[in-house]
Amino acid sequence: MPYNPALVAPMREEMTRMGARELTTVPDVDAALGDQKGTMLVFVNSVCGCAAGNARPALRLALQHGVKPQQVVTVFAGQDVDATARARQYFAEYQPSSPSVALLRDGEVVHFVHRHQIEGRDPQSIASDLAAAFDRHFGATV
Amino acid sequence: MTGPVFHPGHQELHGVTVVLETCGDQTYVGRFDSQDERGVHMHDVGVHDASVSSRSKDEFLRRCDKFGIRPEHKDLLVPADNVASIRRLVDALR
Repeated sequence: MPYNPALVAPMREEMTRMGARELTTVPDVDAALGDQKGTMLVFVNSVCGCAAGNARPALRLALQHGVKPQQVVTVFAGQDVDATARARQYFAEYQPSSPSVALLRDGEVVHFVHRHQIEGRDPQSIASDLAAAFDRHFGATV
Repeated sequence: MTGPVFHPGHQELHGVTVVLETCGDQTYVGRFDSQDERGVHMHDVGVHDASVSSRSKDEFLRRCDKFGIRPEHKDLLVPADNVASIRRLVDALR
């Protein structure tokens, strides 16, 4: 059952403040991911205060890196259930977890960060890994 | 156990993805919930069974790391007398 919208509003705002576009419906997701071109980061948001509480600041730090995705979008697991399920269909090779991060280039997943790679780590460490992934996968065209 | 507590008020590994090796052929990977006199409680647990799997345990763990954990058990209690070791998945891969 989704949490009270008022409770998760700050978690949504944290994402939009850093420039992420929220995808809250299946049509939103299909429009963004259906014929995706260029580079994109999909952040699967979560209410988990410990994992997502570090993942969101990590993403904000990573997006200050010189190389970064052309688009940043987000779905909210446990909140926008249908949208999240749809988004996960676009990276179905990867088991669902939240929070998680998918990096896409022209519709192909080139890098995936699972929850277990976020747990217990500080935002700076997570951000450093993300920035390295940006360099590795997005460096040539951005 | 020492170190920072991921979820304050819970055991150190609560909410953390761990590798639990049993005294037998099964290795479990999933989210640690708690440990008590009955054993270890886990959620969303994938299983490697060395007696039947065509993949080695190391390969299974590497695939868990890359593709995530395919849960075979939503909730699992591993009896205390069958627990050989518990460590974080990220540590098991080092």
